[in-house]
Amino acid sequence: MVSQKKIQLGFFVVASVFIVILLRLWQLQVLEGDKYRQLSENNRLRIMSTPAPRGIIFDRNGVPLVKNVPIYSVYIVYDPATGVDIGALSSMLGEDKQEVESLLNRKDNSPFVPIRLKQGLNFQEVARVEARRSDFPGLFIQTDVGRAYPFGKVGAHVIGYLGKMTPAQASSAEFSSLPPETPIGQWGIEALYDKQLRGVAGGKVIEVDALGREHRLIQEKPAVKGKDVVLSIDIGMQKAVEDAFGDKAGSLVALKVDTGEVLALESLPSFDPNLFTHGISSEDWKQLIEDKHKPMMNRALQSQYPPGSTFKIVMAVAGLEEGVITPDTKVNCTGGISYGKWTFGCWRHGGHGVVDLHKAIRESCDVYFYEVGKRLGIDRIHKYAIGLGLGGPTGLGLQKERTGIIPSTEWKRATRGQDWYLGETFNASIGQGYVAVTPIQLALMTAAVSNGGSVLQPTLIKDPKEIHTRSKMDLNPETLQLLLDGLSAVVNEDGGTARVAASTLVKIGGKSGTAQVVGKKKGLAGEQFMDHAWFVAVAPADKPEIALSVFVEHGGHGGSTAAPLAKKAIEAYFLNKAKNNTATAAAAMPKDNSSGNESGN
Amino acid sequence: MIHLDRRLLKNFDWITFLVIILLTLVGIMTIYSATRPAIGMGEQPDFYSKQLIWLGVSIVALFIMTSFDYIWFFRLSYPLYGVGLILLFSVLVMGKTSMGAQRWLNLGFFSFQPSEFFRIFFIIAFSSYLSILGKESEGRIPIKGLLIFGLIPLILLIKQPDLGTAILLLALFSVLAVSKGISRKIIVVATIIGLVAIPFVGHIVWDGMKDYQKNRLIAFVDPEVDPAGIGYHISQSKIAIGSGELLGKGYLNSTQGPLRFLPEKHTDFIFAVFAEEWGLAGCIVLMGTYFILFLRGLDTAAKAKDEVGRLMAIGITAMFFVYFIVNIGMTLGIMPVVGIPLPFVSYGGTSLLSNYMAAGILISIRTRRFELFY
Repeated sequence: MVSQKKIQLGFFVVASVFIVILLRLWQLQVLEGDKYRQLSENNRLRIMSTPAPRGIIFDRNGVPLVKNVPIYSVYIVYDPATGVDIGALSSMLGEDKQEVESLLNRKDNSPFVPIRLKQGLNFQEVARVEARRSDFPGLFIQTDVGRAYPFGKVGAHVIGYLGKMTPAQASSAEFSSLPPETPIGQWGIEALYDKQLRGVAGGKVIEVDALGREHRLIQEKPAVKGKDVVLSIDIGMQKAVEDAFGDKAGSLVALKVDTGEVLALESLPSFDPNLFTHGISSEDWKQLIEDKHKPMMNRALQSQYPPGSTFKIVMAVAGLEEGVITPDTKVNCTGGISYGKWTFGCWRHGGHGVVDLHKAIRESCDVYFYEVGKRLGIDRIHKYAIGLGLGGPTGLGLQKERTGIIPSTEWKRATRGQDWYLGETFNASIGQGYVAVTPIQLALMTAAVSNGGSVLQPTLIKDPKEIHTRSKMDLNPETLQLLLDGLSAVVNEDGGTARVAASTLVKIGGKSGTAQVVGKKKGLAGEQFMDHAWFVAVAPADKPEIALSVFVEHGGHGGSTAAPLAKKAIEAYFLNKAKNNTATAAAAMPKDNSSGNESGN
Repeated sequence: MIHLDRRLLKNFDWITFLVIILLTLVGIMTIYSATRPAIGMGEQPDFYSKQLIWLGVSIVALFIMTSFDYIWFFRLSYPLYGVGLILLFSVLVMGKTSMGAQRWLNLGFFSFQPSEFFRIFFIIAFSSYLSILGKESEGRIPIKGLLIFGLIPLILLIKQPDLGTAILLLALFSVLAVSKGISRKIIVVATIIGLVAIPFVGHIVWDGMKDYQKNRLIAFVDPEVDPAGIGYHISQSKIAIGSGELLGKGYLNSTQGPLRFLPEKHTDFIFAVFAEEWGLAGCIVLMGTYFILFLRGLDTAAKAKDEVGRLMAIGITAMFFVYFIVNIGMTLGIMPVVGIPLPFVSYGGTSLLSNYMAAGILISIRTRRFELFY
C-alpha cells in the first residue's frame, strides 16, 4: 500500500524544490538584476570564433615550408533593426554595393555572429576603416590566420594552397561544422592533410558596447592548433630543380627506392601559392587558368606521353627474366629493320654494328630492342610494364592522376576492335606508339627495378610507419646487376647517350628517352613541334638509394636536355644530405660543450 | 462505462482544471510575445494561434479522459501498453528522422511523437502492475516486470535517441516503485540497470568522445544549441531572466527574444521570456500556480479510493514535476541543457495534448474518489 507518509514526503520534496527555485530567481532578478538589465540593454554579447593556428608543413630536413601570418579582415555585427548606410559602407571598403548588401542579408546570418565583409586589408585600408569606424555601428577589424609560402613557386604543386570554401564544400559533411569563413586546403598537401592541419577553432563570448568596442571577456574556449606534417620532400632539391629548369616546362619526380618516399616532385611552370592567401583576385585566377603553359596542371601526375627509350629498361628486364635473351645475345644493327613494306629505323642511321645487351642499353640501340620485342610479344611486354608500376595511377593522392596506357592484344581488341600487329610491337619496344606513361609512373618503375622488383606506394610523408608494397615481381639479382651496369654505362662509359650526367660527387646511372611529337614528321618547325625529352636516373648507380624521372616538354633529345637536370637534382640531394648529417651530428654533441661556448662568449 | 451524472459534475476537480488552463493561456500570451518580429522584420508568425487551436483540442481530450472511469484504464492497461511499445518500435523502423533523432511517426495527415503518448501508457500500465502485485511478491518486482517496464522501453527510447523521455521513465519507475514500497534492494538494482543502460549508449560513449566530436554531434542534433560550444544559451537565458528584475519590463517589452539573442524562445526557453517581461513578481505567481498543481496532484493521490488510482495520480504528478524541474533548472542555469518543454506553457501540440490527457486522468481519479466498485 502507498502510505500517507510517502505522500507527505512528496509534499516536502516539492516544497524544497520551490524554495531553491525562488532563491535562484531572487539571486538573478534582485541581487544581480542590475547587471543583467545592463547587459540586456547594451546587449551585447558577441560570439567570436578564434581561428585555430594551422599546423606547419616541414620538409624532410625540418625546414618550414609554410608560415602562419595575420591577415586583416573587416567584420560587422549587423542588426537589421537599426540598419546601416550600405552605400557609405561599401564605398569605404571599395567593394560593390550589391555584394555588401547580399552579404548582410544572407539568410543564415545570426545577429550575434559577425559577418565578414572583406578580407586581406593592407595597412592603409586598415587605417581608413579604423578612422571611420564610429560611423558604422558594429564594425570592427579582426586578424585572421593567413598562410604565407616562403618558397613561392618552388614545390607549389606539392605544398598546395588555402582557399575559401566553395558552396559545395561548405555543405559537405566534412566541412559543414566549420565556421564558413575558415580557409581550407584546396590543393596539394594543404588539401590532402587538411583535416590534420586544420586544428579546432575556439570561441569567445565578449561583451561589447553599442559601438562594437570590446569591454569584457565573458567566456573563452581556446583554439587547438593543428598538427604539423613532416614531408618526405627535400626543399633544397626542389629549389635546385626549379633553378635548373629555368623557363623550360616539365617535371621531375624523385623517389627513395626502399621506402617510396617522394624526395622531390616539381612541375613547371608553377604558380605562386601566396596569390591565394588573401583570396585570389579574379584577374589573377583568370590569368592562371588561361595561361597556355598551364601552370595549374601538375605535370608529374597529369601529363602522359610515350616513354621513348626509357621503356627499354622494361624491355631488358622482361627479356632477361623470360629467357629470350642472355647478356651475350648479339644483334647486328645496320641502322634499321624491314618488316613487310615498312622500315623500322634505329636512331643512329649508320647502325651500331654488332650489339649485346650492355651496348644496347648504353647506346640505346633500337634494332636490338626490336628483336627483344619480337621474341617477347606484346603481352609479355605488357605483363612486365604493368608489374613494374606503369599503366595505372600510383595512388599518391595529391591530385587526380592520369593512368597512362600499356597496350596488349586484349587492350587493342577492347578499345579499337582490331588485332595486334607485329609492327606495333616494334613501336612499343622502343616506348613509342600506343605506350604512354606519366612522369611519376616512370620514376616508380625505375625505383621498382632498382629495389628488386617491388612497386612501392609512393608517399609524401617522411619515414612512413608502414611501407606498402603495391605489387612485387621477384627479379633475378643477376638481371638487376646487368641492368644497373647498363644504366651506369649510359652515363659513365664512352658512347653512352647521357655522358653529360656524369658526376664527380656520386655515381649516377640512367636512361635517356625521347617522346616524338605528332606532326613533327610532316616537316613542321617551331618549338611546339620539338620532341619531349625524358631521363630516368638512379644514384648511387651501384646500389641505388634514389630513383628519378625527368621530363622536359619540347626539350628535344633526352640525353642532352633532361639528363643534366637529373644530375643537378641528384647532386643537390646528396649535398643536402651530407650537410644535414653533419648538422645532426653537431646537435647530438654533449650539451655542456655548447653551454661552455656560450659562457666563453 | 461513461458516467456523466450530476454527482460527477459536482465532484469535478475544478482547481486542477483551471490551473492548467491558466498556465496554457499564460503560455499562449508569452508565445505571442516571444515570437514578435523585430521592428520592420516581417509578420507575426502564427505559433500562438496554432497553440490556441491545440488548446481547444486538448480540452476536449481532457473531458473525454475524465468521463472514463479510470478502472477501464486499469482493465485495458496491458493492451494499451503493448500498443505503446509497438508505436515506439515502429518509430525505429519507419519513423522519420529529424535533427538526427528518429522520434516522429507520420500518419499521412499529421505526424506525432509516440513517446509523448507512451509516457501516459507507461504510467497506467506500471501503476496497474504494481497495484496487483500482492503480498506474495514480498516487496520485489519480478524479473519479468523489470524487463517489460524497465529495460525494454528504456532501450527503445535510447535507440531513437530520446534521452529526455528515457530519463523521465527512469524517474517515474523509481518514484512509483518507492511509493509502492518495493524493497530498497530492488530499487537499487533497477536504478543500476537504468544507469548502466543509459551511460552505455549515452554518457560513457559521450565521455569517451573527443571534444570536437561532441561539438559536431551537438551541432548535428541541433545546430543552434551551442554555436561556439561555450554556453551561449545559458548566458542569454540568464540575461533575460535577470534583466526582468523585480517587476519585469512589461508585457511585449522583452528584447532578448525578438532580437533573436535568445534561442528556442517560444519552446524550451519560454520561461526566460516570461521572467523578462513579468519580473520576480510574475515568476512568484507562475511558480505558485505550478505549486498548486503539484500539491493538488499529491492530494488526489492521498484521497484516491484505491491503490491503482493512488499510483496513477503519483505517476502523473511526478511526470509534470520532473518536466518542470528539468526545464526551469535549465533556464535558470542550474541544470544542464536538456531540450524538454515546460509543461502546459511551451509551444508544441503533441506535448500539450498528451499533458491534458494525463491531467484528465488525474481529474478522473479525484472526481471518482467517493465511488465504489460495482
